[in-house]
Amino acid sequence: MITLDSISRSFGDKQVLHDLSFDIGDGRMTGFVGSNGSGKTTTMRILLGVLAVDRGRITVDGEPITPGHRSAIGYMPEERGLYPKMPIIDQLVYLARFHGLTRRAAKARGLELLEQLELRGEPTDTLESVSLGNQQKVQIAAALIHDPQALVLDEPFSGLDPAAVERTLDVLTSFAASGAPVLFSSHQLDLVERLVDDLVIINDGRLVAAGTTEELRRQRSLPEWTLQADADLGWVRGVPAVSVVELDGNWVRFTAPDSAAAEAVLRQALSVSSVSSFAPHEVALNRLFQEVTQS
Amino acid sequence: MSRAVTHRAGFTTAMGLVIEREIMVRLKSKAFMISTILSIVILGVLVGVSGTLPTLFSSTDKVAVTSASAQAVAGIEDIEPIEVDDADEAKALITAEEVEAAVLESPNSPTGLAVLSLRSAPESLIASLSLTPEVELLDPDAPDPTLTYFIGLGLGLVFFMAAMTFGNTIASSVVEEKQSRIVEILLASTSARVLMFGKVIACTVLAFAQIGLTAVAVLTGAAISGNDLVLGKVVEPIAWFVPLFVVGFVMVAALYAAAASMVSRTEDLASTSTPIMMLIFLPYMGVIIFSSNETVMAVLSYIPFSAAVAVPMRVFLGTIAWWEPLVSLLILIVTTLLALLLATRIFERSILKSGPKLTWGQALKR
Repeated sequence: MITLDSISRSFGDKQVLHDLSFDIGDGRMTGFVGSNGSGKTTTMRILLGVLAVDRGRITVDGEPITPGHRSAIGYMPEERGLYPKMPIIDQLVYLARFHGLTRRAAKARGLELLEQLELRGEPTDTLESVSLGNQQKVQIAAALIHDPQALVLDEPFSGLDPAAVERTLDVLTSFAASGAPVLFSSHQLDLVERLVDDLVIINDGRLVAAGTTEELRRQRSLPEWTLQADADLGWVRGVPAVSVVELDGNWVRFTAPDSAAAEAVLRQALSVSSVSSFAPHEVALNRLFQEVTQS
Repeated sequence: MSRAVTHRAGFTTAMGLVIEREIMVRLKSKAFMISTILSIVILGVLVGVSGTLPTLFSSTDKVAVTSASAQAVAGIEDIEPIEVDDADEAKALITAEEVEAAVLESPNSPTGLAVLSLRSAPESLIASLSLTPEVELLDPDAPDPTLTYFIGLGLGLVFFMAAMTFGNTIASSVVEEKQSRIVEILLASTSARVLMFGKVIACTVLAFAQIGLTAVAVLTGAAISGNDLVLGKVVEPIAWFVPLFVVGFVMVAALYAAAASMVSRTEDLASTSTPIMMLIFLPYMGVIIFSSNETVMAVLSYIPFSAAVAVPMRVFLGTIAWWEPLVSLLILIVTTLLALLLATRIFERSILKSGPKLTWGQALKR
């Protein structure tokens, strides 16, 4: 488990991270969400040691993080980049050797990864000569080349076509399934919702929420229900302890403190007319996100 | 993370990787190899044929002589005597432009000879027939000012060209990594210092390999042509040029790397690297313009940016005390260390900043 403990960082007069703390659990996909400029990239760079912290510390399984730990993290920065004019396999080998791999081992690993990722083109082609989709595969291979034990990916899905998104997803989920911690940031909240085990939401460099998506839903908002009946449901507004979020004639969405209160609404509706549907309503992550970042 | 951690390559290993890549990329670049080989071959051939050049451009002049004056022109180079009977026949040949000139007996002339010609007489002929005062050389080995000037020009050109070419090489290599964003992946694997030092060392090695090969070509050419102007006398100045150049080059390369780290795009590079170019160019011009002014040269030999050229010139002229090159070298080494510190500081702070270019002031302040 990687733990960030009260991380603060300023650039000049501007403090971009304020006492940020959260965990990245082993074998868990942790989604890292926040608006542009909220400090996600800075946090990731600090995690990788590309930037230093002003205050706070990072631990790995309780021990302060070492360069050795950092070397075992696979990293994909938001702004992708490799050498455009260098042969694909050569740059993978070059990057791997910074992590202590021998040239021979790095080459074998690189070829294996390119085959797994189904690179279309020769490993000896220059990066700029293959298609964008294939360049993306090489980028993933670059993050995995040294057989990392954790992954940190900044916006891994941005700019990808649906096929590439699926491919990247496969890599990430199988990686996490092997018991390694995975942290990734994304703007695509629908994807995050589908994928993550844990969610970390930051705003203006401060932690606003952290936990499983279920925990966050419970924590941040009252449960909601929807109800479809044959008669007008305007009367729900008058029910004590219940508040209507959205009302459209015979359809209503409302919050209630518990399921007993919601069932009371259902019973009252049944006494008026027949009911065609009644169900708990899952709050979509993007609304949850808006809620926590605006409150 | 509980499994065994991999071992991040150490400072020297990582720097070795950077150096290796930088050198291999250049060696695999056709443009670099072609320009290097061309310049080496051209220079070698130029020096090689320099000994035979005068004969290529010389021509033989026909000169009319009488039987009495034939003795006077015998043995003069590039003259083909045409024997005539008298002055009138010689004049006729000159007018017909069949001979360049005529050498005739003339009792009135101090040399006893007269030269006739249509418009101008061949100078070599006049010189050979003139009376020369007795010449005594007090110091035959004293430096020739023209030669001094050319040594300054030559060494200056080597330094200036190498600094410019490889300064730009290192700058574009830094910008390439910044522009393609691979620098962020690299910084996650190693430090900014490793990247910068690796590039500086790689460029220094490449510059030296190029200059060394050129020097070998020039010396081989000189040996072939028997041109002792290149071989003799300049050994000691060159012995000083080499260490001063190495250190000075490292300084320039580090500053170029810093300048390049401040921009995000190649297009902006000129604006941050121009001040460095001026720092190299102005002292270089100074050395050439003031090559005969001892005071200015003395000052220039202590300025880090011109020391590499000014010190060898003063060594050649013999106007330098034995300890002065050492002091120059010491000043240069200290300046280079400071430049490396400064460049590392700028490089570390600027390399991740994208967007508009930084000014030198901004890069230092932050």
